[in-house]
Amino acid sequence: MKAAPFCYHRPGTVAEAVETLAAFGDGAKVLAGGQSLVPLMALRLARAEHLVDLGRIAALRYVRGAADSVAVGAMTVQAAAGRDPVIAASVPLLARAIPFIGHFQVRNRGTVGGSCAHADPSAEIPAVAVTLDAELEASGRGRPRLIPAAKFFTSTFTTSLEPDEVLTALHFPVWPGRSGFAVREFARRRGDFAVAGAVCAVTLGQGERIERVAIGLLGLGAVPLRAAAAERAATGTAAGDLDVTEIGHLAVADTDPPDDVHATPGYRRRVGVAMAARALTAALEEAAHG
Amino acid sequence: METQVAQVAMTVNGTPRRATVEPRKTLADTLREDFGLTGTHLGCEHGVCGACTVLVDGAAIRACLMFAVQADGSEVVTVEGLAPAGGGLSAVQRAFREEHGLQCGFCTPGFVVSLTAYLRDHPMPSGAELRDALSGNLCRCTGYQGIIAAARRAAGGMEDQ
Ligand SMILES: Cc1cc2nc3c(=O)[nH]c(=O)nc-3n(C[C@H](O)[C@H](O)[C@H](O)COP(=O)(O)OP(=O)(O)OC[C@H]3O[C@@H](n4cnc5c(N)ncnc54)[C@H](O)[C@@H]3O)c2cc1C
Ligand code: FES
Ligand code: FES
Repeated sequence: MKAAPFCYHRPGTVAEAVETLAAFGDGAKVLAGGQSLVPLMALRLARAEHLVDLGRIAALRYVRGAADSVAVGAMTVQAAAGRDPVIAASVPLLARAIPFIGHFQVRNRGTVGGSCAHADPSAEIPAVAVTLDAELEASGRGRPRLIPAAKFFTSTFTTSLEPDEVLTALHFPVWPGRSGFAVREFARRRGDFAVAGAVCAVTLGQGERIERVAIGLLGLGAVPLRAAAAERAATGTAAGDLDVTEIGHLAVADTDPPDDVHATPGYRRRVGVAMAARALTAALEEAAHG
Repeated sequence: METQVAQVAMTVNGTPRRATVEPRKTLADTLREDFGLTGTHLGCEHGVCGACTVLVDGAAIRACLMFAVQADGSEVVTVEGLAPAGGGLSAVQRAFREEHGLQCGFCTPGFVVSLTAYLRDHPMPSGAELRDALSGNLCRCTGYQGIIAAARRAAGGMEDQ
């Protein structure tokens, strides 16, 4: 249960990190908080000849709020993001998702960017990114680029990052107006990866009608999903007339959940219905009453 | 492949320490093997059990999921560093003894370190919050009731630490 030997690199800047990654090609991997990579290396499920530790790049740890978006540096630890006042005020969905990640000892090391780069389909931060249409910023040898969350997560544990690219930041849009946000998930034990879950953002307009709604699903596919059909059905409906269970069923209708030792696809879908309905109910409640 | 070695320096329980380590050596192994601090236990070595919990720059972390090279320059506190300087037990340690919060004791350092950090940051936790805070540590012996009772007692008595 020990990692295989590797060479350790500790760049001070993103440019230096990119250079090191490019120099060693496939043999190099980024090390962020290590909360996913180190167990994989200890179990010899992952191996790297060169580890490029981003831990000392102070420029990757920040939270910056602007009028319509909040930028979070990739190396911001999950615990810091979870108690950040700007995130709490402007991206409440992210703040509420973070306590569901593992345990506080894991959140003290695990990073916001690492969670996205790792791309576990049950992870909370990727689901929030997809639901809010966040953009992920990456730096490689070329110009830095912005990747929409919907294009970032390509499959289980797979993203559209190039091997020599570093994820540098996440940009979360701020939802103005009478909005509400909620996260609901079910895990076998507190802190385990969820069997299934839903995250929801909703804005109410004139006559308590749903002006805008986004429902994200975790654990129900190879990537975090958006429940597009459910969103379409809910939009424009008066909040009081909405049948949230029906919306929950619509949300999971087209999903193809994984089948593993934790749950069957059918069970995951049933849990997904309940979680989507509950998240939507709670988000609507908050939008209506603050 | 070349096996690089690195020099690391850190403060452990207030004492400056140095070691020459392979980069793949975890902080937990370095504490145990290079610094002789065997109070930090290793149960699973992949982040599940919490037995290896130590404080790095004040934050409770899993020492099996951090390479020693990452802790270079840090301030580390292990279970050996929690007791008051004059001897005796810390409030959390005392609560574990009084409430039978341990049987074989293998998991205990991880629980004690985790709970010490948690209560420092959340001095008045509810019962549900305490259970949540303890969820990252596994115990194969006690059935947890004694540990929860110890946590409640420690939460009530932090002021006299
Ligand atoms: C006991 C336990 C329970 C957990 N429970 C949950 C949970 O419930 N929900 C959840 O979401 N997560 C959970 N996790 C995982 C945790 O959130 C990880 O922290 C996270 O998945 C990875 O972040 P990291 O910073 O630790 O990245 P690392 O482990 O360092 O890296 C993970 C992967 O991403 C790559 N990478 C990291 N950062 C970058 C970057 N900036 N640019 C390019 N590539 C990068 C690495 O090369 C590696 O392949 C759990 C972990 C443990 C140990
Ligand atoms: S030994 Fe570190 S978590 Fe189990
Ligand atoms: S007392 Fe034996 S593992 Fe907890």
